Amino acid sequence: MQFKTATSPHSPQQNSVQTLMFKVLLAMIPGTIAMIMFFGWGVLINIILASVTALSAEALMLWIRKRPIKPYITDGSALLTAALLALALPQLAPWWLTVIGTLFAIVVAKHLYGGLGFNPFNPAMVGYVVVIISFPKEMTQWVPPLLEAYTQLSFSETLRIIFGGELPLTYTWDAITMATPLDTVKTQLGLELSIHEIETHKEYGPMFGAIGGFGWEWVNGLFLATGLYLALKGIIDWRIPAGMIAALLVLSNTFALYDYASFAPPTFHLFSGGIMLAAFFIATDPITAATTTKGRWLYGMGIGIFIFIIRTWGSYPDGIAFAVILMNMAAPLLDYYTMPRAFGHSWTEFPHHHKVDDDDE
Amino acid sequence: MTRSSQQLWHFHGGLKLDSNKAMSTASPIVKARLPKQLIIPTQQHIGEAGQLLVKVGDKVLKGQALTDCTEYVSAPIHAPTSGHIVEIAELPAPHPSGLNTLCVVLETDGEDKWLDLQPIRHPNTKSPAELRQLIRKAGIVGLGGAAFPTAVKVNPGPESHIETLIINGAECEPYISCDDMLMREYAQELVSGCGIIQYMVSATHCLIAVEDNKPEAISAIKAVIKERALHTIEVVSIPTLYPTGGEKQLIKVLTHKEVPSDGLPSDIGLLVQNVGTAVAVHKAIVLGEPLLSRIVTITGEGVNQPQNMDVLIGTPMSELIEQAGGYHADASKLIMGGPMMGFSLQTDHLPVTKGCNCLLVENTPPAPPATMPCIRCGACATVCPAQLLPQQLFWMASSKNFDLVQDYHLFDCIECGCCSQVCPSQIPLVQYYRFAKTEIWNQERDRIKSDHARVRHDFRQARMDREKVERAEKLRKKKELLEKKKQAEAAQKADGNEAQIDPKKAAIEAAMKRVQAKKAAQKTDSQSSQVNNQAGNDEK
Repeated sequence: MQFKTATSPHSPQQNSVQTLMFKVLLAMIPGTIAMIMFFGWGVLINIILASVTALSAEALMLWIRKRPIKPYITDGSALLTAALLALALPQLAPWWLTVIGTLFAIVVAKHLYGGLGFNPFNPAMVGYVVVIISFPKEMTQWVPPLLEAYTQLSFSETLRIIFGGELPLTYTWDAITMATPLDTVKTQLGLELSIHEIETHKEYGPMFGAIGGFGWEWVNGLFLATGLYLALKGIIDWRIPAGMIAALLVLSNTFALYDYASFAPPTFHLFSGGIMLAAFFIATDPITAATTTKGRWLYGMGIGIFIFIIRTWGSYPDGIAFAVILMNMAAPLLDYYTMPRAFGHSWTEFPHHHKVDDDDE
Repeated sequence: MTRSSQQLWHFHGGLKLDSNKAMSTASPIVKARLPKQLIIPTQQHIGEAGQLLVKVGDKVLKGQALTDCTEYVSAPIHAPTSGHIVEIAELPAPHPSGLNTLCVVLETDGEDKWLDLQPIRHPNTKSPAELRQLIRKAGIVGLGGAAFPTAVKVNPGPESHIETLIINGAECEPYISCDDMLMREYAQELVSGCGIIQYMVSATHCLIAVEDNKPEAISAIKAVIKERALHTIEVVSIPTLYPTGGEKQLIKVLTHKEVPSDGLPSDIGLLVQNVGTAVAVHKAIVLGEPLLSRIVTITGEGVNQPQNMDVLIGTPMSELIEQAGGYHADASKLIMGGPMMGFSLQTDHLPVTKGCNCLLVENTPPAPPATMPCIRCGACATVCPAQLLPQQLFWMASSKNFDLVQDYHLFDCIECGCCSQVCPSQIPLVQYYRFAKTEIWNQERDRIKSDHARVRHDFRQARMDREKVERAEKLRKKKELLEKKKQAEAAQKADGNEAQIDPKKAAIEAAMKRVQAKKAAQKTDSQSSQVNNQAGNDEK
């Protein structure tokens, strides 16, 4: 009998990129639902808008690049980029801002670098950085999280604001948007208020919730829970979030202990803004992260350190996108200097020693 | 004796795989039917093929050597049964390359008549060197699959001292169960063989390592050890984890030691032998029988009655499949070895060789390639038992950066397949490493060739240069000589007109003078003529 031949290993493989991506997407659902509940329909509209844009851009780029469209459009990577970016944008951001950010992420940050697997920078974060630098005013249109002092918008009202750019009559921007807790802390600290004064302030106080910001703490808590599940299942590497949270915790704790009036407490740092989303869903993007065990620790820690620095002394209220991109740049170097010791070799051996020899020849 | 406190260690990575061994261990080992023809490749081992000792038409007895090995790393082959040699030709043999090998075709006569055997009941009355020679003559090679000549392996050299002999009964690849069944049914022979090897290399301990998914095998060996009250041999139950059966991985698990990358187990006082090899050693020494058969697992979802068979070397695989109930209707792939490291065969019209431990028939059709780009997830590095960075090796191998890929220890890769198995992008990683290794070997060969050529060229150039210099020297000398001659002539010329006088002319003149003198002498006295004559001579 004649047979077709193949190379070993011969057992069928169960794992696929698609499964990985969709598991991550699934794990984002609880946190996303919480965001919709606290921040309104704008969250959902942004996600849908970004997803449609991302998938269209992906298909177009694959067609231009003469790549097979079906396996790549269904791999889930474009959807994941879209979702991450959409969750990072303000809920009432105009439609074109979301579209521009997404297009930049997919077309420039992903496909111009070679598509899936070849992009050195996290596409969603590149998209975010582009819009926050280009359209700082629109990037402040955050919705207050179900606070009584503020008006809650209906689905159709939200749709009209996002696509029409106009407020319904009788509404003012001040009535429907507000600064995020991170923003408020930054501004008010600049106005010489202490952390305690800000948190107990008649106007700003309610937004700080129990530990990290009303609404935000729930969103972060849910992303933390599902993120831990992904880490437990080995779908993401636990070292990256662990390193990032540890670094942020140690730094914020040290500074808060040193001067609690001018530095926000660690709980506030960890449970406000997009920290848990970043730790478990953004920083863990394997394509742009370090790949060695030690490298991933350092990579996560680097992101945590940069976030603290940018939040505390930088000019942007949240520095996740910048921190991630900075560490993306460092990833190849981290990989190089954290090579594991190969079996049967000593620690003192290092590839570049050999390389020097080769160059000498 | 069993040390229940035997401490075990872990190697990095590895995979827990579905063992799928039970399907072939339900029934005892069956002796395969004697086929009409046996096709015995002369090269079934790592090293050189032996010199043929037989020719077409010869009648041979069971156990008679067909080749003789002259090279050190080599092993002879034997007639697995009595019969006639009907053909000696290049025929297909199971090898990843698919190339033909010189084979001896034996038509069996059904008598199964043995050669006179010389069993040695008490191996310790012989010297280790004598025993080694017997093992060499018995054609024993590593039966775990690598087929390295055993006589070479049990001769670690005078510098190495073997402390512990490790007998590998891990059998970590899924589906394969030939070692399991061998341990269950040949525990006596196995322990005896262990003792012989232990004596040969004067190892103080012997550990028989068996994965804990083979409790029957473990208890069978334990019973023999207990019955014989042996104190230096023990069975160690090790956790089931692929690839524990890899030599270096097994050593790590049992001793926590790592075999140096460029070294051998003997460098750290260890020797590893497969359980099947130990049984073969017992047979070769105690029974005097050369290696004529081996246990082969015929298994997989694509074969009707999976089982283990005692198979004569050279038996066509198709006959074994037939005896195992034939193929399932959906049989799609035939693999020699296990699913992780075995290689797939194009046809079953191939002979069983010494290294053939398993014939696996799969029923899953070869999947269409669904390869996606590497997403650097690092799953490969997590499972790599050689602690390499498979995805980095992949980038380098696919971009043909063969210098860098070696710096990242490509040659420490044991091709276990764990990385390919877990890759979410379904990249055939091991294939890239094999490609890179082959390319590097080719480059190395080319380099050696070009080095030779360069040396030759340098020699030629040097010779030509030397000849040029020599020629120039000769020319110079010739010129000098000519110059000297010219100078001498010039000097003669300067001596005056007399020098210019031709000797002939002078002779004629002298003769004329003599004549004149004679005439004069006739007129005058004889003395004056003599003076004249003298002067004429002086002029010359």
